[in-house]
Amino acid sequence: MKLGFYPGCSLTGSSREYNESLLAISKAAGIELVEISDWNCCGATAAHNLNKELSVSLPARNLALAELDEMSELVVPCAACYNRLVMTQHELNEDSALRKVIVEKLQMPLKNDIQILNVLQFLEKYIVPRLDELIKAPLTYDVACYYGCLLVRPQKVMQAERFEDPMTMDVIMQKLGAKALDWPFKTECCGAGFSVSKTEIVGELSGKIVRNAVGRGAKAIVVACPMCHSNLDMRRPAIESYLQRKVDIPVIYITQAIALAMGLSPQQAGIQRHFVPVNLTVNR
Amino acid sequence: MSKIGVFICHCGENISATVDVVRVAEAAGKLEGVEFSTDYKYMCSDPGQTLIKQMIKEKGLTGVVVAACSPRMHEPTFRKACSAAGLNPYMCEMSNLREHCSWVHDKSEATTQKAIDLVRTLVEKVKYNKPLFSIKVPVTKTALVIGGGIAGIQASLDIANSGHQVILIEKDPSIGGHMSQLSETFPTLDCSQCILTPRMVEVAQHENIKLLTYAELEKLDGFIGNFKATIRKKAKSIDEDLCTGCGTCITKCPTKKIPSEFNTGLGKRTAIYVPFPQAVPNKPVIDKENCLYYKNGKCKICEKVCPTGAIRFDQEDELVELEVGAVVVATGFDVMEPSEFSEYGYGKYKDVITGLQFERLASASGPTLGEIRRPSDGKVPEKIVFIACAGSRDPSKGKPYCSKICCMYTAKHAMLYQHKVHHGQSTIFYMDIRSAGKNYEEFVRRAIVEDEVNYIRGRVSKVYEENGKLIVKGVDTLLNAKPVEIEADMVVLATAAVANSGAEELAQRMHISYDAYNFFSEAHPKLKPVETNTAGIFLAGACQAPKDIPETVSQASGAAAKVAILFSQNELSREPVVAVVNRSAPPLYSTCVGCFMCATACPYQAIGEELITNRKGEVIKRVAKVNPGLCQGCGTCVAFCRSKSIDIDGYSNEQMYSEVMALLND
Amino acid sequence: MNKEGLSYKVRQSTGVNATECYQCGKCTAGCPVAEHMDLRPSIIMRMLQSGDEKELDEILRAKSIWLCLTCETCYSRCPMELDIPKIMDYLRQRSLAEGKVHRDARDIVTFHKSFLNTVENNGRLHEMGLILDYKLHSGNLFQDVLLAPEMFSKGKLHIFPEKIKDRQGLSRLFKGQSKNNKS
Repeated sequence: MKLGFYPGCSLTGSSREYNESLLAISKAAGIELVEISDWNCCGATAAHNLNKELSVSLPARNLALAELDEMSELVVPCAACYNRLVMTQHELNEDSALRKVIVEKLQMPLKNDIQILNVLQFLEKYIVPRLDELIKAPLTYDVACYYGCLLVRPQKVMQAERFEDPMTMDVIMQKLGAKALDWPFKTECCGAGFSVSKTEIVGELSGKIVRNAVGRGAKAIVVACPMCHSNLDMRRPAIESYLQRKVDIPVIYITQAIALAMGLSPQQAGIQRHFVPVNLTVNR
Repeated sequence: MSKIGVFICHCGENISATVDVVRVAEAAGKLEGVEFSTDYKYMCSDPGQTLIKQMIKEKGLTGVVVAACSPRMHEPTFRKACSAAGLNPYMCEMSNLREHCSWVHDKSEATTQKAIDLVRTLVEKVKYNKPLFSIKVPVTKTALVIGGGIAGIQASLDIANSGHQVILIEKDPSIGGHMSQLSETFPTLDCSQCILTPRMVEVAQHENIKLLTYAELEKLDGFIGNFKATIRKKAKSIDEDLCTGCGTCITKCPTKKIPSEFNTGLGKRTAIYVPFPQAVPNKPVIDKENCLYYKNGKCKICEKVCPTGAIRFDQEDELVELEVGAVVVATGFDVMEPSEFSEYGYGKYKDVITGLQFERLASASGPTLGEIRRPSDGKVPEKIVFIACAGSRDPSKGKPYCSKICCMYTAKHAMLYQHKVHHGQSTIFYMDIRSAGKNYEEFVRRAIVEDEVNYIRGRVSKVYEENGKLIVKGVDTLLNAKPVEIEADMVVLATAAVANSGAEELAQRMHISYDAYNFFSEAHPKLKPVETNTAGIFLAGACQAPKDIPETVSQASGAAAKVAILFSQNELSREPVVAVVNRSAPPLYSTCVGCFMCATACPYQAIGEELITNRKGEVIKRVAKVNPGLCQGCGTCVAFCRSKSIDIDGYSNEQMYSEVMALLND
Repeated sequence: MNKEGLSYKVRQSTGVNATECYQCGKCTAGCPVAEHMDLRPSIIMRMLQSGDEKELDEILRAKSIWLCLTCETCYSRCPMELDIPKIMDYLRQRSLAEGKVHRDARDIVTFHKSFLNTVENNGRLHEMGLILDYKLHSGNLFQDVLLAPEMFSKGKLHIFPEKIKDRQGLSRLFKGQSKNNKS
């Protein structure tokens, strides 16, 4: 089966292992993710910080393109892109004056009714039902599932159930054989877009997250957002600088966890692309 | 032939400054059917009223129109005057020349003309008036009090002491309500049970009070002075006459781990149980859901050990019908379960508890015998954080209203903690301190100054657990919004006071109004705080709105006074302005066709049916019949009736039509 | 309310009414970067309520509005459901438009501008281009130099940007926007 797919800029660059693992597990489950033709950057944090109209028009262009491609469902693995697309859809439904301006600039029709799925919703709907037959090598270690901010907030628009203590990834990890720990930092911010401009804040916020996960005995942190992954993984030196000690807990994407449990090779899961080595023993 | 007297009032200058009252009187005098017409400065005064009485006698008046202020002001005054002169009071009508004319217009020809029109209208109506007589309704001088908390107890005692019979029903096995769960009460720090239990015993022993516990209201029919209540006495599985309250069954019951409702889940009870040691009546009930016998036919140990053979496993619920004249609703409130606020961790972390749970910890008869201990490991907490407004004043996830009692009980809790754990540190995160009652402000100052409770103004964003401690992330808004993090051993949430879970259903059963939060509605927020819109049903206590004990007791006594007023009469007199279904001679009997649209439309359930029978007892016709005791004279039924068979006495179709025609034909 | 003032403009533009705030402070209590801020969120809300133009000018010149991560924690916990992140976005846009960006926040703004520059040029983010543009404009020439080789070897950094086809359509979106997103 085919589904619409909006990878977003980080999946083609600094988070390519997320893309690789996602495509690998989709393929194994018989799903083809078809990229929207000629998609553009959603604007992420920069656009909404600096320019209201741009923060809506950039995502809107992608929604219009997806409609031209006749997609009814759109899988958006990057949490920030997902948040921007859903917020845009919501904003254009609420503000008809803005909608008029945007549609004029786009010069493309926009019904604004496409169903946008984040990676967890995609996994729950299409991969989880097939897990029983696809799991070859259960993961048997303790993990801390980290959701970050943008998948669950703002609560009114994202409409996540249990937005203070989400369980979707936890449930998937349990199905994969792992033990998902209960911990209070599931949705605390990792430092978001300050990776380059205020790295020490990332070190502090991500450091608190890592400290709590390690303190509870987690052997890995499982994430569903490229920004969170980058902050927890690539910015490990900043974290270690804040915590004043070395910490070697690996950070893997939920798609990578599923890929490993499906028996795919570490290469196919893109594990080697991480900064913090992933030395998890998988029960074979 | 009508002989109507018209009296135009100057109302000092209120009317005469704007309306030419002399001219109005002259114009009225020329109307057909008007025998006498005059104007006078103050019709409501003694001489004014005497004038009316004189003219009735002198001129043999058959009707009176007083054109003055609003009937809401003086209709009873003038009707009484007519009555004293021998004229049926309902032959007297008022025309409003003040609120409807002189007070809303400027002085002009048009204003005077309007006044003339208004008088003419009422004159034409009065031509169709007929004498009416007050409706008398008998009164059953027994009151039903629903709810055995402090409100119900107080109301019952007051009504019983005024010499009337009371039936008090309570859904739990014992009376006492939430007040029996409290440790000490503000602002005096009186031991709650010590002041409550004497009253509970008084209720049980009072010769005028019949106490039915483990009982609920099943149905309520009837009307003021004449209610018929059906009570469901839930099966206690005990023969109360034989049971001596020795408690042997409780000690021998093998099922010991049921979370105790009275102890808010912090303690355990057995399947056959008495909720607390000072329960009234001190006789147990069997919890059928958890009893081994009812679940799978085993055990029966209680039956074996009971010295008087009082266990009755085959006992069924019993329905009892009572005739009562008034109902006092005193069903109390509940404390919100803050699971909506997942950021506080209630339900997840054992040491995050509600204010009511803290009361049980502090109470000498509680699960920890009055020692403040953490539910998780039983240790004494060194640091407690109290969070006020946990669920109140919160439109997003909780209740938008203020629960009134939490500021005071939180201060009390912190004080009790400081008194019991001298080296303990308590912090209260608050938004405002609402301590408006007598001695309340001084009480809070005592907490802050003498007991050194740390008050921080700000709300808490999150509570989570780390290494056995609860990390509380709050803020001090008075210190430039400085974030404050505290490692506490226990967190107490002052959760919102909410209506009981069965409140909506109960209100519907009794046909009383309730608001969006399921609190029962008073008839007028300022002037009628203990009455409902349903005549004969009164409110007392927190079921109407969150309130503290002094207010509850006051309101309960207020409701009792209203009941006493009601019972001070052997008969109730009601205004005869009610709907009547017409009756005529046989063979028609009535133009009513028995469609009962009126009954459906009636907001007061005042319309029933009447079977017209012949001498043999055979039913000839089924027609509608209005219960004059319940009818409020709203006229909805008249508008609905397709055969024009129902009409309002005093506001008949004929009278209304004549008023309209009088206005149109000048 | 002063119709020229910032409070009114905030309400008109975002639809959020600051007068509903009753200063409970829960937003500040949950804000992950509150400790680094000069003006905390609940204080900013109070300043908006005051309507005093001097206070309002201070907000636009503050570091806080740029430190805000838009993590939306405040909005999700506010008992009055006030959309504080939306207000923050608006304040940021005004601060930039009026040239009042706090000096400690200049790097943050530069980063966002560089990001949008590469998007304007290519349609998609060019991470390499972003870093170079940022270093040039912020003067932090040696930022993350040690990181670059490892990024390259792990295949995570591309030298050349991915360009979309309909760049004309895209540039239409950028046209007419204030030159603030360009450095």
